[in-house]
Amino acid sequence: MQTSISGHLFRRIAHVLVITVFTVALAFPFYWMLITSFKQNVDLYTMANNPFIFNAKPTLDHLTFLFTQTRFVRWLANTTFVGVVVVSITLVFALPAAYSLARLSGRWGERVGIGIFLTYLVPPTLLFIPLSRVIAYLGLQDSLWALILVYPSFTVPFSIWLLMGFFKAIPRELEDAAMVDGLTRFGAFAKMVIPISTSGILTVVIFTFTLVTQEFVYALTFLSSEANQMIGTGIPIFLVRGDVYYWGALMAACLIATLPIAFLYNLFLDRFIAGFTVGAVK
Amino acid sequence: MLAPAVLYILLLVAGPFLLAIFYAFSDARIGNTRLHFVGLENFRSILQSPSFRIAVRNSFIFTIGSQIVVIVASSILAIALEKPFRGRGVLRFLMLLPWVAPIALGAIGWKWLLDSIYSVISWVLVALHVYKPFGAPMWLGEPHLAITSVLLVHSWRLIPFSTVILLAGRTAIPKDIPEAAAVDGAGFWRTEFLILLPMMMPIISVAVLFGIIFTFTDMTVVYILTAGGPFDSTQVLPSLAFTLGIQGSDLAAGAAISLFLVPLLVIIAYLMLRVAHRAEVT
Repeated sequence: MQTSISGHLFRRIAHVLVITVFTVALAFPFYWMLITSFKQNVDLYTMANNPFIFNAKPTLDHLTFLFTQTRFVRWLANTTFVGVVVVSITLVFALPAAYSLARLSGRWGERVGIGIFLTYLVPPTLLFIPLSRVIAYLGLQDSLWALILVYPSFTVPFSIWLLMGFFKAIPRELEDAAMVDGLTRFGAFAKMVIPISTSGILTVVIFTFTLVTQEFVYALTFLSSEANQMIGTGIPIFLVRGDVYYWGALMAACLIATLPIAFLYNLFLDRFIAGFTVGAVK
Repeated sequence: MLAPAVLYILLLVAGPFLLAIFYAFSDARIGNTRLHFVGLENFRSILQSPSFRIAVRNSFIFTIGSQIVVIVASSILAIALEKPFRGRGVLRFLMLLPWVAPIALGAIGWKWLLDSIYSVISWVLVALHVYKPFGAPMWLGEPHLAITSVLLVHSWRLIPFSTVILLAGRTAIPKDIPEAAAVDGAGFWRTEFLILLPMMMPIISVAVLFGIIFTFTDMTVVYILTAGGPFDSTQVLPSLAFTLGIQGSDLAAGAAISLFLVPLLVIIAYLMLRVAHRAEVT
């Protein structure tokens, strides 16, 4: 009996230890962004100071600098704009495609579905060189429209894949009944299927938006002027002047850009996972 | 209703991919309007370049090394997070941050943590008397340390992703299986390794396959942390393609280098389909 009590205690200690170590290792950089954002430069750049505490009074200078002296707000606006347009395009393409794939019975539907999933695995780093010429040919260099054109090429496949799961769970009888009542197939889709799939659609909206904010390679390749950057490129590249890093403002910008996405992502976590597990979990 | 989405994807994925192959056999440069077929010339000069060999080696070191770290770490973390406890929601939010944050911003956070002068890691090591004051190494300035840093930042970013996938796998295992094992006298290690691990294999492979793709095709971590340096020692295939193809205007060389990503991607896609297929059969 005694061994099982000490064993129990040991497991509790191990549990607390594992959780603590991982939380610190994974979240520490963000804690560091937070503390750096509010430290005065004298404090940040004096090596004798203990970096874990405020050796001088906390300051809002970095935030003021970020919002008044840099293009940070513009980058947030650019990212939101591209995000909203790409989400709309993604829904227009992915909703009907996912619906027809969910209803296409037999081998063909399955094959096309798998093919679409596989295109999600084609990385930007394979396509950015030829695409840069396509963008130049279309006259879209240094334009946000270049990103709006290209981003759906990876948001649409993953969204189709996610939505297929939702549509398959909707009983076919529902649409059949609607069609008996005189609706066309498209009418049944628009008036019956879409309204009851709102949570699936919301998932796709959030997921597409996070993909847009996280993308780096295309934004780096297609955009050049400071005013046209997305947050992912503007912050790490244009908040550095020559060799001078404005660490306080830089870290504040990272944190401000990350937190809203993190909140949204957490709300829909389980559904994103369903999209990644390719049916290996039921 | 399927056609528009398929067409969009074909135009923006298959099209550029074919163009990349075409470029790789040509003398395409930015600003050069007439293309000539040059056969295998690009591949020949790439295979002879030392930077390319280092890039191939690094791509595999980062991919394999980080996957080992990620699988071990996320398996432990998934066990620790499986049973509900107070504060789990908050900890989950904190631990997910590395995955949710735009990768460029997470990487710039690490650049500050690993700064050559003001690194907090160096400060702690000096405080612990591991190094003399000013004696801590430049984490991103020495080839071996820079390679280790990039590998660990990749792992840091992927551990949350892998953990949530493994968690989904664990919760899908019927509760009576570990319970029956406990009744039969199997201890913690026996249950984990002999009973749960084999059942988890499909989901672990999904996590690893995605992890391989995310690491192997990524150039952001390297680009932000080291820009390939010092002396090309941390260059990977995608970042080398960017350096030569976009920054160096040599589209043909860049395209040829990025094509070296394809064989591994094909293997991963094949394995992914097998996992998905097996999950459907059983």
